[in-house]
Amino acid sequence: MLLVSYEFLFFLAVLLALYYLLPGRFQWPLLLAASVLFYLSGGAFAIVFLITTTVTTWFLALRLEAMTERAAARVKELGLSGGEKRAFQAAVKQKKKRVLIAGLILNFGLLAVLKYTNFFLGNVDVLFFGGSGEGPYVDWLLPLGISYYTFQATGYLIDVYHKKIHAQKNLARYALFVSFFPQIVQGPISRFDELAAQLTESRRFDWLTIRLGLMRMLWGFFKKLVAADRIAPAVAVIVQNPDQYQGIYVWIGMFAYMLQMFADFTGGIDIVIGAAQLFGIRLPENFNRPFSSRSLAEFWRRWHMTLMRWLREYIFFPVSTSRASQKLSGAARRFLGKGAGRRAPLYFASVTVWLITGIWHGASWNFVAWGLANCAVLLISQECSPLYRRFCSRFAWTASRGYAAFEVARTYLVFCMIEMFEYYSFDVVFSMFGSMFFGIRPWQFSGELAASLGLSAADWIVVGLSALLMFAVGLAQRDGRSVRERIFALPGWQRFFVIYGLFLAVLVLGVYGQGYDASQFIYNQF
Amino acid sequence: MRGKKLGGVLLAAAVAAAGLWGLTCLLVPKYTGRVVEGNFTAEYYREESPHDVLILGDCEAYENISPVTLWREYGITSYIRGNAQQLMSQSYYLLKDALREEKPETVILSISAMQQAEQSNETYNRMTLDGMRWSREKLEAILASRMEGEHLIEYVFPLLRFHSRWAELGGEDLTWFADRPLVTHSGYYMRADVRPAGTFPAERRRSNYEFEEKAYEYLDRIRELCEEEGIALILFKAPSLYPVWYDQWDMQIEEYAKAYGLAYLNALEEIDVIGIDFSEDTYDGGLHMNVYGAEKVSRWLGPVLQKQFGVPDRRGDAALSAVWEAKAARYDAEKQSQEEEFARLGYLTRFSGDETGASD
Repeated sequence: MLLVSYEFLFFLAVLLALYYLLPGRFQWPLLLAASVLFYLSGGAFAIVFLITTTVTTWFLALRLEAMTERAAARVKELGLSGGEKRAFQAAVKQKKKRVLIAGLILNFGLLAVLKYTNFFLGNVDVLFFGGSGEGPYVDWLLPLGISYYTFQATGYLIDVYHKKIHAQKNLARYALFVSFFPQIVQGPISRFDELAAQLTESRRFDWLTIRLGLMRMLWGFFKKLVAADRIAPAVAVIVQNPDQYQGIYVWIGMFAYMLQMFADFTGGIDIVIGAAQLFGIRLPENFNRPFSSRSLAEFWRRWHMTLMRWLREYIFFPVSTSRASQKLSGAARRFLGKGAGRRAPLYFASVTVWLITGIWHGASWNFVAWGLANCAVLLISQECSPLYRRFCSRFAWTASRGYAAFEVARTYLVFCMIEMFEYYSFDVVFSMFGSMFFGIRPWQFSGELAASLGLSAADWIVVGLSALLMFAVGLAQRDGRSVRERIFALPGWQRFFVIYGLFLAVLVLGVYGQGYDASQFIYNQF
Repeated sequence: MRGKKLGGVLLAAAVAAAGLWGLTCLLVPKYTGRVVEGNFTAEYYREESPHDVLILGDCEAYENISPVTLWREYGITSYIRGNAQQLMSQSYYLLKDALREEKPETVILSISAMQQAEQSNETYNRMTLDGMRWSREKLEAILASRMEGEHLIEYVFPLLRFHSRWAELGGEDLTWFADRPLVTHSGYYMRADVRPAGTFPAERRRSNYEFEEKAYEYLDRIRELCEEEGIALILFKAPSLYPVWYDQWDMQIEEYAKAYGLAYLNALEEIDVIGIDFSEDTYDGGLHMNVYGAEKVSRWLGPVLQKQFGVPDRRGDAALSAVWEAKAARYDAEKQSQEEEFARLGYLTRFSGDETGASD
């Protein structure tokens, strides 16, 4: 059941009615039943993997907590203190670590096997059989949302291990946390402490919450159906034919692709967050005006925030403080000096995080290259930051709005250029870089080649106006105030026309219905 | 204060509904250009008088029989409820729908639709079903014939289906915003141009000549409904040269007619009796009759209806005569107009183009 389908809207409407009609104690079981039904609608078999992840992480978390409690009781019972207590606790920690690692291996192993087997087989084919492409590939369907729920469930397990949260004793309540239907498809990746309690609270119908949720969903539908899916055919044509579309088309393709990806992903998240809000549940935000970032580092703090948070908390910090990092730091200090020793753990953790980010986004070397390109730019920027700060302090005009706009444009451009690594080999990427700077002929955007992009003049106008509207909303969000709340604060008729206008725009200008191949959200693929 | 708020909400709801209605009127296809078939179903509800004969079926029904000729020469009142690629299930529900309005004495069912139980093109479904008035019959017709990917809600709110027409709106969308021109003559689709029959692709052998169960199911339903209502049912095969009407198909219809005591009129076997000249009486090389061919078929059909089925001559009824004379005048005017244009240009501008229209 796609988020942009009549079925989903019908499902949501029925569920919403039932949810507020039922007594509070039945509300969360209803959400769980709906989540299971939603998941089953995508194929019955995949739920085996969801159940496996749910049950194993739930059980192991309980076991970890039991070990912690037993250890504390034992310390008390035996009256241990000082060195004895530390030794005992270290032994318990070792045991707990084994349990945690077992859980992580099992769940990430499942994800790896299902998502990366063909990538592995492809590499074996290239290495040992000359890349015939006829190797024993598998045609397993990736279970819906596996990358998201695996991260969410393992994050919970790690948090229990670190005693940040208590384990959930009720399997059904925990299952709802893992499988909550709006977010299982494309995130956001929530933490147990910010979501679980909300899911099981009982609620009364509140029109204000409902309309805020509906408005958020409507805005998501606008981005997805009016902007992303309308520009999608042109993006597909340019991206799939890099040899044909050179010069100005590289720019067009780059901007169109970014517009599509932004509208698609943020639109999907708007629908998810809006749908959850209908039930009074606040999911964490996943974006904070990413294209207003003035550096790539800032961009990645604003884009796919819950994934980056997960990677920071569960990969970056543990890796940078790991024994391996300390060893590396020591070696770097000995051979390359104090500064290198200080940076080594940071570099090691950053490369690890970006390798994982790349491979999470797609099972190919292109995504690995994309991740490492991001990492390289971030580390170089960090190394150059003292120099850059000196430069900025010396020239007053770098504090101007114009310069800030330049930085925003530069960040956008850098991100777009790095995106090319997702699709092309190095030689193609560099040839495109050359073409976009030295092969531009304005008249290229005319004639047959322009027509072959599959968009009419009216389509381009709609896309352009949609982009302008999204930009305007982004600007309006600069002060942190909610645009929705501002709309609802307008006088009655103004409010009506804004909301109705947006509704009609989606209804008329949206790409859906007969002939629409129900194109998947880009971020559903993970 | 509370009343004022409620008034505001009601007014907003009315404005919203009016906006949606206006957009729907603007965006649904008007079928007033080269393809007019989308208007056929709805035109039936504009009829002013009842009919003794109701003709059901696909293009073989609405292009091969002229109700005006049946009236003019035999005093038979008839109407064709036919559409492009109208399935047997759709004929059944259109008959049920018609029975809510009137009760004809005889139903002529074109059986060429037996060869296709499921719809092959969503456009044909829309052209047939959109014009039906909302009723249980319409709902069941949609459910019986919708294709994969077709949603009931898109029939309830056609704006959801046709919203993407915003980029192709033309003058006709404003001209026919809330109304439609009459495009048929009691359901008959008139063509007065001529394109002689040529050669056809060789007859393709099929692995299975058996009509599908679903087609039989709705043929049974039509027969049973006619029995219940005391209506005489005639199975009819038009004199179209192509697509091929296989002997195996003909035998199945013959057997069916025999089994249930129905009349089966196969005009293909009566081409000489009817007097069809395929160098003059077809507008698309033998697939469908033009107006001259349709009039010949009607002249052959009229006596059969009166002698075998006792369909009355209503020309003595002054009120009916007035209605039908008006129809005949419009019929003659269009026929003359098309004849003149064809004589002048060698083709009909309205139907010129890469395709001849939506005729199946």
